[in-house]
Amino acid sequence: MSTQHETVPATARKVGLEKPALQYGVDHDLCPGCGEPLALRCLLETIEELGCAQRAIGVIGIGCYTALTPLMDVDLVQALHGRAPSVATGVKRMRPDSLTFALQGDGDMVSEGLQEVIHTAARGEPVTCVLLNNGVFGETGGHMTATTVLGQRTKNSLEGRDAAYHGHPILIADLLAQLDGTAYAARASVHDAAGVVRAKRMLRRALEVQLAGRGFSFVEILTMCPTGWFLPTAQGPDYLAKVLGSVHVVGELKRDGRFVPTSQLAAPGARAS
Amino acid sequence: MRRLMEGSEAMAEAAIAAGCRFFAGYPMTPFTELLESFAKKLPGVGGVCINAESELESIGMAWGALATGARAATGSTGQGIALMQESLSEITRAELPLVLFHMARGQSDYFQATRGGGHGDYRHLVFAPIDVDEATRLVPLAFDLADRWRNPVQIHGDYLLAHTSEAVEIQATRFDPLPPKDWAVDGSLGGTGRARNINPIGMEKGRKGIEPEPFWKRLQAKHDAMERQEPRFEAEHTQDAELVVVAFGTLARFARYVVRALRREGQRVGYFRPVTLWPFPSEALRQAVRSAHRVAVLEMNAGQMIDDVRLALLGSKPVVAIGGISSDSAGFGIGPLLDSENVRERVECALAGREVSA
Repeated sequence: MSTQHETVPATARKVGLEKPALQYGVDHDLCPGCGEPLALRCLLETIEELGCAQRAIGVIGIGCYTALTPLMDVDLVQALHGRAPSVATGVKRMRPDSLTFALQGDGDMVSEGLQEVIHTAARGEPVTCVLLNNGVFGETGGHMTATTVLGQRTKNSLEGRDAAYHGHPILIADLLAQLDGTAYAARASVHDAAGVVRAKRMLRRALEVQLAGRGFSFVEILTMCPTGWFLPTAQGPDYLAKVLGSVHVVGELKRDGRFVPTSQLAAPGARAS
Repeated sequence: MRRLMEGSEAMAEAAIAAGCRFFAGYPMTPFTELLESFAKKLPGVGGVCINAESELESIGMAWGALATGARAATGSTGQGIALMQESLSEITRAELPLVLFHMARGQSDYFQATRGGGHGDYRHLVFAPIDVDEATRLVPLAFDLADRWRNPVQIHGDYLLAHTSEAVEIQATRFDPLPPKDWAVDGSLGGTGRARNINPIGMEKGRKGIEPEPFWKRLQAKHDAMERQEPRFEAEHTQDAELVVVAFGTLARFARYVVRALRREGQRVGYFRPVTLWPFPSEALRQAVRSAHRVAVLEMNAGQMIDDVRLALLGSKPVVAIGGISSDSAGFGIGPLLDSENVRERVECALAGREVSA
């Protein structure tokens, strides 16, 4: 049992970063270069900025990010792999005034729990599902998920994902965005500072949609996983932007009743939101 | 006031009278009418009933509702309960007070109810009501004990229990005060350093990693205490019985009827019914069979509860099976064994020391 480092690293202090109010510390057990702590930070900061710290209830899936949950100073329910949207449904129905969010990875939400998230969206449950998508099962050591892009090498698609043999990746944001129950759906990427800012803006809109009781909201955040991609740490952001980001294109797919499929979103970074 | 009610409706009313405010379910015979009843009655009391899209989802929804401190339930029949097993294990380890309505098809889910099909070490209290009247009294007890032990409790019924109409009175039962649910999440502790995490692996806020072993050992101690404190049973005419018939659930009603009839005819036969399938009332059974030369187990399956009878008696008495697989063409468990003449013949065989043909 290690103790938490309460201090922010010097490089982060230089650019004005402080420990988020809803985080116990900044030290974590995930790999160097992982994008999930960044995404978590975006979420916790947004909850704090919305003034919802004392009405937030998180439902957490199973993946690398589960190891981050002891850092989160908000009420949590630990769910099973794939089941977080249903658990969040039960939470929200009994606590309609809470800000209920589910946090899942791509293996959790899109492989194991695809049915749950789709039905939750279709019912228009006023919860916010946040997907951390790195295209692999990071926790097991880099295996193919339902969002792994064609050509991507994983431990069980050694020569790269082949459509004829492994099937095609699922663009989950598109599936969810076209459902009537979905009020907001967007895809972000934390490969650079602009992406982080944009991710926070999308999370804010999604949570605001929930607070307004307008229906289901969804934010997919592409995150780096250099360990699971078998890449040097420093190459993570570039690989994320170019390889995953060219398929799972960043942008808003559903907002104010308008559905824009991924195929109509411009190349990464081209469409301001 | 007593009203004529079908078992499903009576159990749903008893649950709502006990404070159940959330139900989620997926239709499946013979459980469906419970879902119907909750869907009809819960909105009127400010509750919620969700028509879940699968049993995986219905148990997940109940899990979330329970985490907020609400009294919540779900249910299904054996196949649907099988789908729920992963969540049932984890909910037990997360110490959430679920009440699970298992309306089985016949009696072949005894192992599933008492052993579970889920992973890891866990136990559920399992009540098997003999009739609708007893069910309406066991349902509020189930909610009370679920909260008291912070552990799932199963109401194990079947087609007969769910679909037989009886005149019953639904009343709010008074129990001793319960401790406050200070573990439940409402979001209020965010940012205070005291936020809660309802989890099955001993996670603690502000500390990295997990500590499952001490956590799970504490659960084991709790389950050991439940095993000592919660066995319940019904016994009749066992004092001088040469043969004791052991049966559970609605089939026990046939066994009790036959034993009473044989007693009136002077036969030294007794009746024993575990009201709790887990914990099995082993000590009570040992007392009940003291004078018996033989113990006969009547159950509608290939032989499941007989294991618990044998474990309880540890070879001290001959134990014979007088039940067996008995089903209608739909598999709902309304088979030829559900007949007092048939049961009587089997009990008489056991009394005479003859084998029962399957």
